[in-house]
Amino acid sequence: MADLTRLTAAELAGRIHAREVSAVEVAQAHLDRIAAVDPAVHAFLHVDAEGALAAARAVDETLAAGRPPASPLAGVPLALKDVFTTEGVPTTCGSKILDGWLPPYDATVTRRLKQAGIVVLGKTNMDEFAMGSSTENSAYGPTRNPWNPERIPGGSGGGSAAALAAFQAPLAIGTDTGGSIRQPGAVTGTVGVKPTYGGVSRYGLVAFSSSLDQGGPCARTVLDAALLHEVIGGHDPLDSTSIDAPVPPVVAAARQGAAGDLSGVRVGVVTELDGEGYQPGVLSAFHAAVEQLRALGAEVVKVSCPHFDYGLSAYYLIAPSECSSNLARFDAMRYGLREGDDGTHSAEEVMTLTREAGFGPEVKRRIMLGTYALSAGYYDAYYGQAQKVRTLIARDFAAAYEKVDVLVSPTTPTTAFRIGEKVDDPLAMYRSDLCTIPANLAGNAAMSVPCGLAEEDGLPVGLQIMAPTMQDHRMYRVAAAYEVARDAAEGGPLIHRVPELPATVGRGVEEVAR
Amino acid sequence: MPAISRDEVAHLARLARLAVTAEELDVFAGQLDDILQAVARVGEVAADDIPPTSHAVPLTNVFREDVVRPGLSQQQALSGAPRAEDGRFRVPRILGEE
Repeated sequence: MADLTRLTAAELAGRIHAREVSAVEVAQAHLDRIAAVDPAVHAFLHVDAEGALAAARAVDETLAAGRPPASPLAGVPLALKDVFTTEGVPTTCGSKILDGWLPPYDATVTRRLKQAGIVVLGKTNMDEFAMGSSTENSAYGPTRNPWNPERIPGGSGGGSAAALAAFQAPLAIGTDTGGSIRQPGAVTGTVGVKPTYGGVSRYGLVAFSSSLDQGGPCARTVLDAALLHEVIGGHDPLDSTSIDAPVPPVVAAARQGAAGDLSGVRVGVVTELDGEGYQPGVLSAFHAAVEQLRALGAEVVKVSCPHFDYGLSAYYLIAPSECSSNLARFDAMRYGLREGDDGTHSAEEVMTLTREAGFGPEVKRRIMLGTYALSAGYYDAYYGQAQKVRTLIARDFAAAYEKVDVLVSPTTPTTAFRIGEKVDDPLAMYRSDLCTIPANLAGNAAMSVPCGLAEEDGLPVGLQIMAPTMQDHRMYRVAAAYEVARDAAEGGPLIHRVPELPATVGRGVEEVAR
Repeated sequence: MPAISRDEVAHLARLARLAVTAEELDVFAGQLDDILQAVARVGEVAADDIPPTSHAVPLTNVFREDVVRPGLSQQQALSGAPRAEDGRFRVPRILGEE
């Protein structure tokens, strides 16, 4: 039998639903793969073998009884970012302050995955509270990039992206506040989608920056991402910012795009996200991808979005401001870590000692930065002005979408950098999000699809495709068309060129689970 | 001139309830100054007549039907508490020595 871990989610679902292979066999194959390679990758913070096998058995029983599968992805395994609550399964957000926390409820995304019969293998590593671009800010140690273990897998969702690239799971869930789905997708050669803000419920997604946070699908193919998008998307009364409208028809768009014709599609290349300051190999891969879109029939034009240059600055005021408020909930009283409760310290002292011990440096930096930006005397110059820049960026997008259907850019200015290279230079780390941030500020849909390897280091490059609010299907059509053309030109999917990982033989899953 | 002094960073840490060490203060003061100098670029944009955007999707208040629905049980709510006693959260004393 072919290696089940190399198949796409759509292929696995087809075989499971045709009863050519059982969901339990598929889950076990992925658990075995995790046991073998995760010591080298460290994509997972927790592996729930028992829960995964129970979910898989339930799918097999449904099919054996002659009932239809709960969803087109029933029985397919998935890696869930550790920022979504899972009832009775540890949820740490990559932070010591939530070490060992067992949530008493499921996030809406978790609930929808379970209802769809998707098999959740475990929880993936991430920068603490999703603050970071390399997964080095995890309190539990970094994740390594399967393309090169000395390199970062992106962040904050480096665990989810690495799990896909290491064939530990065919599907994953991430969250994208400033690029935390798309940037890891780009640097690991996988597909990552930030849906329109409000397109996927935030209920049970531990909040970092509420006006920017958005959960979304991660996969190795565009179609797989679309299938997962339709499972997790849609209105949720438990999230008051959830959009009360049908999920955009992303699966149909991915299938349409796969036919390989982009005639009549207008593509805008953002001039501000091209040229100086970008790694040459990233630019050449990006420009080749744009030529490919033209060859597929798309009309390609240049579009200027002048305020994008201020996006990074606006983001690093707005996101820390919201973070300083959201993370005030970690007060050592109701859940999580408590330090210094020895009878001599007051509640406030215990709170202060706990937050000092429980938060890592990046979280502390952002909390203090946000506290500063929101304080009287600085509010107008920093937070208020950043909100105005946000308006101007949204207007740039609106003007651009008068002329084109989608916008494109490189997803990241560079390929995966070395572990340790930027940990002591927060500003350099922040610049990793240069291209991805504008879509978060405006709430638009955006995704990254692999577009080859950079010639100077052989590492993956991502093509970012952006679409207007609730027009997510537009970017899926373009991405799917591009993916088919690229695979045809390259003689197969890019992800199959990831080097073989060192396998640890004879280690049980129980030993890997933490 | 630095955008922020070490003393100001110490004050921010107190406001944010973070018992940072002297070594941390040395590092954070320099880093926060670098970051603030960089993000101050937002001030270069002429935006006096531009309305602020707090949220990508404009929404007014969202209400649900005023009906009782199940929430967490007392046991569930206390399940993650660092300390609990008699079905309640047990917290350190509220008043300081001062």
